[in-house]
Amino acid sequence: MTDIAIVDYGMGNLRSVLKALEHAAPTASIVVTSDPSIVHQAKRVIVPGQGAMPNCMRELDARGLHQVVLEAAANKPFLGICIGLQMLFEESEEGHVSCLNILPGKVVHFPIEAMTTTDGQKLKVPHMGWNQVHQTMAHPLWEGIADNTRFYFVHSYHVETSHLKSIAASSNYPFPFTCAVAQDNIFAVQFHPEKSHASGLRLLSNFAQWTPNFKN
Amino acid sequence: MGLAKRIIPCLDVTNGRVVKGVNFVELRDTGDPVEIARRYDEQGADELTFLDITASSDDRDLILHIIEDVAAQIFIPLTVGGGVRQVADVRRLLNAGADKVGINTAAVLNPQLVADAADHYGAQCIVVAIDAKQVHHQHNPPRWEVFTHGGRKATGIDAIEWAKKMQTLGAGELLLTSMDRDGTRNGFDLALTRAISDAVDIPVIASGGVGNLDHLVDGILQGHADAVLAASIFHYGEYTVQQAKQYMAQHDIEVRQ
Repeated sequence: MTDIAIVDYGMGNLRSVLKALEHAAPTASIVVTSDPSIVHQAKRVIVPGQGAMPNCMRELDARGLHQVVLEAAANKPFLGICIGLQMLFEESEEGHVSCLNILPGKVVHFPIEAMTTTDGQKLKVPHMGWNQVHQTMAHPLWEGIADNTRFYFVHSYHVETSHLKSIAASSNYPFPFTCAVAQDNIFAVQFHPEKSHASGLRLLSNFAQWTPNFKN
Repeated sequence: MGLAKRIIPCLDVTNGRVVKGVNFVELRDTGDPVEIARRYDEQGADELTFLDITASSDDRDLILHIIEDVAAQIFIPLTVGGGVRQVADVRRLLNAGADKVGINTAAVLNPQLVADAADHYGAQCIVVAIDAKQVHHQHNPPRWEVFTHGGRKATGIDAIEWAKKMQTLGAGELLLTSMDRDGTRNGFDLALTRAISDAVDIPVIASGGVGNLDHLVDGILQGHADAVLAASIFHYGEYTVQQAKQYMAQHDIEVRQ
């Protein structure tokens, strides 16, 4: 039986997620798959992703993965990465598409006109590089990772949610934005743990061992 | 505190080996890409860039194996450039484990390639490499023009206009090399770096000419670069990435330590 299924919907560099997980969880059986039945049977599910949201949602539907991803988000340890975080929300400004609607909120572009620091420096979009992640809740996936550790980001859109109790971390660029959320069996991050060196590997290893408290 | 400025060591690869001698004390001239990548990773490199300088296309596939080997063991972003001509090349490099792909000459020959690649794989993984050189045409003020084929061919294209066009087509980042400074160890062309960086909204990596740690600081503070790339100062073991970061931090530049 598959311990961890990495959902392949044809977007992004899934191989880096696989390689990092193999390193972080050497005894787990891990597959990259677009087969809904394998995702259905897996104990844990990771939805990574890069690229444009409209393509991502379309591919998820085209490959018959939409339902099984919803199911995983409802009943097993679930990790969303980058687009995999963004798609949990209601809708995205990127191509104006509806997303999975699991968490309240939307995905918006960094406002180019507001991208300056207090001392007048211009900030570039995409937000690309290593930024500090400020943990706003205690969570098993933060185990062994110090508050304000830097993780690797690359994105032009970010999540806006009023559902404050699901926010697990924020980052500044130049204003604070939500970069991780957690609810029941779901944990999702805007940054790329698979590209974030030792701290990223630790987060993946925490996920591989995580036993969430399900809501009743 | 916010986003850190990045330091990116660059590895020139040909025939499956890293060229440019590497003289780390304990390593003595190894050209093994994985070993070198691991060393830079341990020193705290924020990303790695591999430049395929293979002259023969027969050897080109070797870079795929290198990327596969490095990507299986090093968990920081990897950029690969050199010899990318079509969308299929981008796909092969990404599948091998590259996170970003650099497009240079092919972008000039066919700008639509940048748009197609960004459309398919997302702007975040498309780095347009610009080789620029200052030119003086009679009766006109000097300006920077884009060169291709490793800096051998003039295109007549204005580098600043080109940078803006690449952003519009979907580039996620620019790797800007000054042909006047590359290999000189006299520092970045700061005026060029600043002109391009201020003209676009996407991140700019400064490259070409680094000979000491002050040059890295200047690239950020005066050139307004978002990241600095260097080869020889790290290859020859003059400085470690860690030393470079400490020096930048002393100059109030935010770095990942």
